[in-house]
Amino acid sequence: MNIQILGTGCPKCKSLEKATREVVDQNGINATITKVEDIVEIMKFNIMTTPALVVDGKVVVKGRVPSMDELKQILTNKIYMI
Amino acid sequence: MKLNKNVIIPLILLPVWYVIYTNLQPVTDWFVDSVLGMTKGTHLAETLRFFIFEFPKVLMLLVLIIFFVGILRSYFTAERTRKALEGKSTFMGNIMASMLGIVTPFCSCSAIPLFLGFVESGVPLGVTFSFLIAAPMINEVAVILLYGMFGWKTALIYIGTGLVIAIIAGWIIGKLKLEKWVEEWVYSTKLGEGEGDEEKITFSQRITMGYDAVKEIVGKVWLYVAFGILVGAGAHGYVPAEFMASFMGKDVWYAVPLSVLIGIPLYSNAAGIVPIVSVLIEKGASLGTALAFMMSVIALSLPEMIILRKVLKMPLILTFIAIVGGGIMIVGFLFNWIF
Repeated sequence: MNIQILGTGCPKCKSLEKATREVVDQNGINATITKVEDIVEIMKFNIMTTPALVVDGKVVVKGRVPSMDELKQILTNKIYMI
Repeated sequence: MKLNKNVIIPLILLPVWYVIYTNLQPVTDWFVDSVLGMTKGTHLAETLRFFIFEFPKVLMLLVLIIFFVGILRSYFTAERTRKALEGKSTFMGNIMASMLGIVTPFCSCSAIPLFLGFVESGVPLGVTFSFLIAAPMINEVAVILLYGMFGWKTALIYIGTGLVIAIIAGWIIGKLKLEKWVEEWVYSTKLGEGEGDEEKITFSQRITMGYDAVKEIVGKVWLYVAFGILVGAGAHGYVPAEFMASFMGKDVWYAVPLSVLIGIPLYSNAAGIVPIVSVLIEKGASLGTALAFMMSVIALSLPEMIILRKVLKMPLILTFIAIVGGGIMIVGFLFNWIF
């Protein structure tokens, strides 16, 4: 699984990255996590609120930091909240 | 609607909230006068009374209203607002953008993607500016604090004048055709394919979003509120009445421009500044001057300018500051003249 975290460096973007890494580690999810900080790259996903979580090229969360439970659901069951 | 704990808990808490809120004043008086046994009218007693009453009052208002605003805001996403504003160019667009700026969730850290998303999908520059002025200036924390410490009239005046400034300033920026002062790369950036449609959110999820808003916003501002009210309480008890009249009173003609100039680089969220301003007024500052100072602190801030510098060239930022600052000064003079 390819996970991208979009954010220009705001505090919420950092907490989303941290939470995502924790959930991936705890559940043994096989994924590569990359942080996208370049605004031009971020705009390619056509989002207007950061941070955003992208799984396999699809925006699944934007503008907020979901709870660990929700993140786990998103990453293990692929239940998309948007 | 399914009745689950998300719906039931607020229904139970609401009357509890009401009982506590309406009894804050007698409880405070009883605590200060009887439990602490302090003499009425002394500096320390009145300072304590002010803090013990105002802090829980404002905090309770924040929790309640932000909860409902959080639910309301789940209906207004940045995407929907953009769709409503696309192609709107005339005065109507500025009016709509300013009003949507109040209800659309906005955080200054998202100002850049929002600006790009708006401008590139065809929202005119002036209309985008109306949004960017109204969104931070007329935020729920500012309005709640104004309501809590000044009453609903002042809160409405603030919303009304803030809207007028956002509408007119955005309209002028649109008329000036300043697109040349937007960084070149902005117009060459391509938006990706639209995600567009949103999944249906259940009402229970919207309530969860209300809780999240309370946790996030109250968790962030309570310390500023405490600080602002503490400073306010100290001034309330110890600073002599009419002390501010000679600096910020009606007859000091330069007070308004000076307050606006001082307010521009100052950055505080509304939570810290409103309690202090309320005491300034109590001590003889005029409403217009205090309002201008507050608006300038909240609407024009250095950090936001630095963020916007990524997409706007310096002349545009300065024009933006000049127009909004000028508007705030006019509001200040107007209110000093009316009241």
